[in-house]
Amino acid sequence: MERVLTTLSHKEPDRVPLFLLLTMHGAKELGLGIKEYFSKAEHVFEGQKRMQKKFSNDCYYAFFHAAIEVEAFGAEVMYSNDGPPNSGLPVIKNIEDIKYLEAPKVGETKVLHKVLKAIELLKTEGKDNIPIIGVAMSPFSLPVMQLGFEKYFELMHFHKDLFDRLMKINEAFCVDWSNAQLAAGATAICYFDPVSSPTIVTKDLYRETGFRVAKSTIAKLNGPTATHFASGNCLQLADILPETGTAVVGVSTQEDIGKLKQAYQKKLTLLGNMNGVEMRTWSPIKAKTIVKELIRKAAPGGGFILSDNHGEIPFQVEDETLLSIADAVKEFGTYPIKKGF
Amino acid sequence: MTNAFFINHHYSSMNYSQCMKRNQHIKKFTMFGDRFAFLPDKLKNEKMDALKLAGDQLESALLSLDEPAAEKIIRDAAKQTSPIKIAGELISSTLKRIGDTWEKGELSLSQVYMSGLICERIIDKVLPAQSASRKNQPKMAIAVLEDFHLLGKRIVYSSLRASGFGLTDLGGGLSIDDLVSIVKEEQIKILLISVLMLPSALHIKNLKSRLADDVKIVVGGAPFRFDENLWKEIGADYCGKDSAEAIEIVSKLMEENK
Repeated sequence: MERVLTTLSHKEPDRVPLFLLLTMHGAKELGLGIKEYFSKAEHVFEGQKRMQKKFSNDCYYAFFHAAIEVEAFGAEVMYSNDGPPNSGLPVIKNIEDIKYLEAPKVGETKVLHKVLKAIELLKTEGKDNIPIIGVAMSPFSLPVMQLGFEKYFELMHFHKDLFDRLMKINEAFCVDWSNAQLAAGATAICYFDPVSSPTIVTKDLYRETGFRVAKSTIAKLNGPTATHFASGNCLQLADILPETGTAVVGVSTQEDIGKLKQAYQKKLTLLGNMNGVEMRTWSPIKAKTIVKELIRKAAPGGGFILSDNHGEIPFQVEDETLLSIADAVKEFGTYPIKKGF
Repeated sequence: MTNAFFINHHYSSMNYSQCMKRNQHIKKFTMFGDRFAFLPDKLKNEKMDALKLAGDQLESALLSLDEPAAEKIIRDAAKQTSPIKIAGELISSTLKRIGDTWEKGELSLSQVYMSGLICERIIDKVLPAQSASRKNQPKMAIAVLEDFHLLGKRIVYSSLRASGFGLTDLGGGLSIDDLVSIVKEEQIKILLISVLMLPSALHIKNLKSRLADDVKIVVGGAPFRFDENLWKEIGADYCGKDSAEAIEIVSKLMEENK
């Protein structure tokens, strides 16, 4: 915990913290199918516990899957044998349906309780020594699963009243859901907000929408947040993102970590930016080279947590690669970072 | 209440000369030069200038979500030549340029999507779906494999249709078995597959092994953007990073199949 808190305060801890954001690997570890694994809090607890030890991970990641939030709104979840569960057809069929939509209450939504239970179990296990990362979709990004991207763009561009109404509903849910996770023992909330990335919407549009929503939502949370763009770019947002009140930013591998470090220096801690998709093909030597380079560019001065760039490492990434990453952090990530290695 | 309150302020607040100035920095599209190679230099230059101007105007109208203005530009241009040529030259090149600008991080995906959608709606009026002009093409379809992340498919579908190509939208949530049987039954020769999830991308290898050699698979989507060797690993014939590249690839395939 101290390692993470020190880097968050933009100081150098003993070594670079490593957040391997593993979700499905716990199923492999326990010999379970992905659907079965996510059916019980005890499975996820056990999976996280084992992976933290195996890879010297500096956090527990209490994320089940993104679709669980739209499941709370009544959507179907589609499970796969080798990937994350997906949301099925959008639960909001017509934009006009937003008029009658209501936010589910976390206390009354059984499907979410297993996540809270997993957090409670991890809290007991970690005894405040290991940060527990809870997850919530931003009110601005959740509609992609609620409506589908096409209808959401239509809503965003042409139906102001209903857009505002949906943001209010989603904000109420996001606050309730995040605070329930924090009350259960989560240390911080990873606020996934890919739609706010300039990859998806312009910065001007973000200012009027995702930014405004994030500022309002984050202010109501009873704990710190990390805003994650799930592989989306965010360099352009360095001047305004800190105003949302977030403490950490999840950055993409498609932007240079050196430039990101410079732009967010002393404002936000960087979380990233190993390429999760490519990681599947990395040799141990390649893993070591990449980790070394990222540490060289982003670790000096603290304010850096090594992680993947998407917020979830693909199921196909082998343990051998993850162990190579963990070893490389120990080898190259000890402060003070050696110059010119 | 319905209004365009989220129109991109950057573009909507620009006047025409500002738009033109900005467009000078955008990569110039060169296909017009070849089209008018047979004309005397002066006439060729005039035609190229007119198309370039129409392209710049169309781009500004699309990025401002000004559909009536975009329709007027396209209809005016169509008076000078055939609708299919306008689709292939003016619209296709403008959408390609918008796609390229997104690729450079200077535009957002919502602008790319809305531009394709507006052009598709306009071209459906001036070049109806059943137009004979669309028929001299190998059968082509587009699908999302295994899930319902439909946006990428929709953008490519709109861009291709607006560029004058005829293709069938097979939808999303399709399994490998579904696609194999549809391709065989419908005798599809070019299959575009959009994926968002890495597992879906990896499953295309299985699909490819079950299709005849003359069926070309063109893939696109996030996993291919993050691993540039992935498309080769799964045996795809082509990979398009965005709608601009999809237009280029399909144009090339159409030429080969003439």
